Amino acid sequence: MDKKRRKFLKLAGLAALGVSAGKYIDIIAKDTAHKIPLADSLSNTKLPTVKVNPKNRWAMVVDLNKCLVDEGCTKCINACHKTHNVPDIGNPKDEIKWIWKESYENAFIDQENYFMKESLEDKKVPIFCNHCDNPPCVRVCPTQATWKREDGIVMMDWHRCIGCRYCVAACPYGSRSFNWKDPRPFIKEITPEFPTRTKGVVEKCTFCDERLAEGLEPACVEACTTKALVFGNLNDPNSNVRELLKENYSIRRKPGLGTNPEVFYLV
Amino acid sequence: MYDSGKILIGIIIFIILVTSPIWYDLAFGNPTIKPKLVLPTGEDQKECVMPTEYMRHNHMELLNVWRDDVVRNGDRIFAAASGKNFEMSLTKTCIGCHSNKAEFCDQCHNYLGVSPYCWECHVDPKTVEIK
Repeated sequence: MDKKRRKFLKLAGLAALGVSAGKYIDIIAKDTAHKIPLADSLSNTKLPTVKVNPKNRWAMVVDLNKCLVDEGCTKCINACHKTHNVPDIGNPKDEIKWIWKESYENAFIDQENYFMKESLEDKKVPIFCNHCDNPPCVRVCPTQATWKREDGIVMMDWHRCIGCRYCVAACPYGSRSFNWKDPRPFIKEITPEFPTRTKGVVEKCTFCDERLAEGLEPACVEACTTKALVFGNLNDPNSNVRELLKENYSIRRKPGLGTNPEVFYLV
Repeated sequence: MYDSGKILIGIIIFIILVTSPIWYDLAFGNPTIKPKLVLPTGEDQKECVMPTEYMRHNHMELLNVWRDDVVRNGDRIFAAASGKNFEMSLTKTCIGCHSNKAEFCDQCHNYLGVSPYCWECHVDPKTVEIK
């Protein structure tokens, strides 16, 4: 018995030595991680000077009469996902999405009707985070990794997200995606200006807060060729979004829940 | 204790072996492995956001403040003491001059055995690691 124990202790000691030595060999040896070069020019020289203005209330209006998502257009989705390094995992279980398509009846689940207007019945609708005025995801976040900014944007702080997924459960719109695996290998072309996410955090649309800071419109709005997406300030009675809402009949997703979504659809 | 002489000698040899890097440095003056930093070159890259001495000791605290300012407060401009304005961005401002992460950041971080997780999300624009 004694002999056996000695043998075991010796082996255990050697193994521990080996494991700890391995770490240092790694450090001493040159970093041999496989690397590929990316574009080395960062064209962005403009300083992002636009600050968060508490007087603003950012919102989006989607004109479904102009939107070509139905005809297979994915320009807004592509632009958004490329700008923000959203991975394409190709598997609905692990899917990460900031903008996506939904059928009319699934998007507006409490507004379907018998014998609906035919053009709407099978229509596809682009879906975003609604940046609710009363966001349920913010209420449940235990670390305040998601919170409502003074200008209405429901922001994400990926540094602070602990991946508990309460927000995913709380959001009635499915706007939040969880990174079940490291997303980097699934990003076809990485945009270096924007961080990727890491395994174990939740992500969603942020109304392009980084572009707003530069005085630009969100990437999806810029990419839309038919001007079906309009972004603007709800608190300004003369803004483009207010003008559109004044003149057209608009609906929102699941208004009965009291979340007060800030993405409006013109039908 | 059986074989106390052998055991004691063994322990002494072990301690000498483990502390050998310290003896080596004491005998030959300088550490054998030193971090070799490649500093930025070029005309417009001579000025850092803060003095070198401060950056050497406190860059991690500065980056934490930047992170909170940008993400939480939406404030993206850093006014340096020199009067110049910088964008508070690791991937644009810092890496803009210190363009080689492997020859700058990693040198000291590896030397000290610290592994900051900045780069798990933030992208080194010149190289992207494939895991």
